[in-house]
Amino acid sequence: MSTHHITVTINGTPYEGDVESRTLLVHWIRDTLRLTGTHIGCDTTSCGACTILVDGKATKSCTMFAVQAHGRQLMTVEGLEQNDKLHPIQEGFHQEHALQCGYCTPGMMMTSLALLQRNPNPTEHEIRVGISGNLCRCTGYVNIVKAIQFAAEKMRATEQVPVSAGEGGE
Amino acid sequence: MYGGDTLIPGSFDYLVAQSVNEAVALLDQHGEDAKILAGGQSLIPLLRFRLAGPSVLIDINRINGLEYIQETDGTLHIGALTREAELDSSSLIRDRYPILYDTSIMVADPVVRNWATVGGNLAHADPANDHPATMLALGASVVAMGPAGERVLSIEDFFTDMPFETALRPNEVLTEIRVPAPIPRSGGAYFKLERKVGDYAIAGVAAYITLDNNGNVSYAGIGLTNVGPVPIKARDAEHSLLGKPLDDASIHQAADLAAAAAQPTSDTRGPAEYKRDMVRTLTVRALRKARARATGGE
Repeated sequence: MSTHHITVTINGTPYEGDVESRTLLVHWIRDTLRLTGTHIGCDTTSCGACTILVDGKATKSCTMFAVQAHGRQLMTVEGLEQNDKLHPIQEGFHQEHALQCGYCTPGMMMTSLALLQRNPNPTEHEIRVGISGNLCRCTGYVNIVKAIQFAAEKMRATEQVPVSAGEGGE
Repeated sequence: MYGGDTLIPGSFDYLVAQSVNEAVALLDQHGEDAKILAGGQSLIPLLRFRLAGPSVLIDINRINGLEYIQETDGTLHIGALTREAELDSSSLIRDRYPILYDTSIMVADPVVRNWATVGGNLAHADPANDHPATMLALGASVVAMGPAGERVLSIEDFFTDMPFETALRPNEVLTEIRVPAPIPRSGGAYFKLERKVGDYAIAGVAAYITLDNNGNVSYAGIGLTNVGPVPIKARDAEHSLLGKPLDDASIHQAADLAAAAAQPTSDTRGPAEYKRDMVRTLTVRALRKARARATGGE
């Protein structure tokens, strides 16, 4: 068993610490750093509740070791809101009633952000494909799609530069 | 420490390889106890379920120059660390190798594909993975780097008759996949039946064909996904097509032979006979689409 000292930037803030090699990234983020907005759903790389951005790429943080994130730029759901102002994606989920229990929402929003950074004007089909790695058991996805369309429109209108998460897109 | 029912992998030493040579040296040093960590999208779940317990993981994600897709001298070269998402978005793949596009978009889900690698999809040698069948149909080869240098293996020789086993030696790293560039009147397609996005195939069929000047089949490759203990090359089905026009009669004969080559077992994805029947249906569809693509119909 090896232990590693890692430095990771999350939502623009540098964090460092010692991690066991087997510590999963999502556990370090939630249990050590106490950034508990990122959720754990299935533990089997299926549900996407733990999705964050790693160097701009949507990533299931239950399927990466914390040590692998050393030196990388991460963004979690806590990084969406800026200066007490909701991100257009958060606003979209609120306006369009895109959540019921809310468990999938952090991962769903981070996948949506990566999608819109890569493709600012997606079709409904592209949105549905884009979020197909994130499971929601409440909404039936209809309002989630609407929320992402809302956010896409607003982000295009304001040409808002998404919050820095490394290179962005992929 | 983390409480609950959370699945934690067993302990291991984590090492980072900065180059292929360093990865080979580390493998040579640690032998069978070591595993390569590429995208990790299959390996990490296996570790969490304690279905694998290597004492050393060698992370190759920091190696520069192992992620590329390029066609040179009649061969498509895919770096082993190329992410599935890169195949999804490559215009070269979409235009020239639509069978590979068919395949990559069926691998797991888009978030997983941001890290999952083409090399890992093959080296893991899971009969449920999607690239093995496609590479068998395409007649691909792979490059393995070891202490004595590199060697090239045909994809048929790469897979063994044991599940999750390849011909890679314990001190070899898969570095590249090579696919013959399409010659005129060639086309292929991959069809996968799945219960939901991200699931393994109920059954999957890859077909690749070339037609000669007279419209007769001069090359046929057919690979099957998740209908046996290992990726299956449907040789009898392939041979049955050679020298014949690709018409309904020859397609249905090949589909029957592909179904006969399948060795499915009954499980939660369906009874064996259903899966065998799906192989028949998917082979018909894959060959028809391959024909359409070979003849410029798509």
